[in-house]
Amino acid sequence: MDRIPILKFGNALLVTIQVDMHDRLATALEEDLTSRIVSNNARGVLIDISALEVVDSFIGRMLDNIAAVSRILDADTVVVGMRPAVAITLVELGLSLTGVKTALNVERGMAMIHDRLAGSEADDADDED
Amino acid sequence: MPTTKTERLGIRISDDVVRVRQLTRTFALEVGLGLVDQTKVVTAASELARNTLDYGGGGDVTAEIVEQGGRRGVRLTFEDKGPGIADIEQALKDGFTSGKGMGLGLGGAKRLCNEFSIVSEPGLGTKVTIARWK
Ligand SMILES: Nc1ncnc2c1ncn2[C@@H]1O[C@H](COP(=O)(O)OP(=O)(O)OP(=O)(O)O)[C@@H](O)[C@H]1O
Ligand SMILES: [Mg+2]
Repeated sequence: MDRIPILKFGNALLVTIQVDMHDRLATALEEDLTSRIVSNNARGVLIDISALEVVDSFIGRMLDNIAAVSRILDADTVVVGMRPAVAITLVELGLSLTGVKTALNVERGMAMIHDRLAGSEADDADDED
Repeated sequence: MPTTKTERLGIRISDDVVRVRQLTRTFALEVGLGLVDQTKVVTAASELARNTLDYGGGGDVTAEIVEQGGRRGVRLTFEDKGPGIADIEQALKDGFTSGKGMGLGLGGAKRLCNEFSIVSEPGLGTKVTIARWK
């Protein structure tokens, strides 16, 4: 079966979804990302969905799950590039994706992850005082 | 209601759900639906196709371009010969699922379309029809 490639960018993982995923592909991505967060010690996950013309409840749930699992593994997930028509449709579908952070594009998403890391490092430094 | 174009597609594996999305997009474009309306009807179709596969044990969809009073629309009919739905009102409620879903598919598909109807007979199957008008 095909798999969606996961790239490593410093301490973050980047996934660019370029195909209309069938359900098994989406489930495989969720599993792959979870194990890569651990094996790469990743602190952030960026999922670029700017090419996705449709996000239904299955893909929505996948995004929610990835965000929840990464949180437990101390990594931040940011979904970037959601199309306006997709956002409107998701809300009407009843999927608010409250647990998912979003950003307009990859640059801003990366900045969000770095901001949080900088913040938590500052906290760590405070703790040592 | 005159039908100007019809296409039928089987729904047996998860790739077929992707094909249903593509077919719906093609029909929605042909009808001239705007981008947001296209996205809505394609999303609704995706939900219903997955239900047909996961709960109905597979089935098929008939996509049509229909005309009524000078308006054009896309109509989709999902049919399966699965176990059927005993309590339709309950199935339509957001949050109700008999599986591992979120229970958003049926209610969401209804909200995303202009027309929605469901006929189901326990033991005989389920038929869901949606339409989105230009
Ligand atoms: N074609 C069908 N045949 C038999 N039962 C169905 C069919 N479609 C839906 N149902 C029943 O209706 C319930 C609600 O369906 P709905 O699509 O709203 O939610 P779901 O599929 O459980 O979750 P989600 O769509 O959010 O992933 C299903 O859990 C199932 O019990
Ligand atoms: Mg469903």
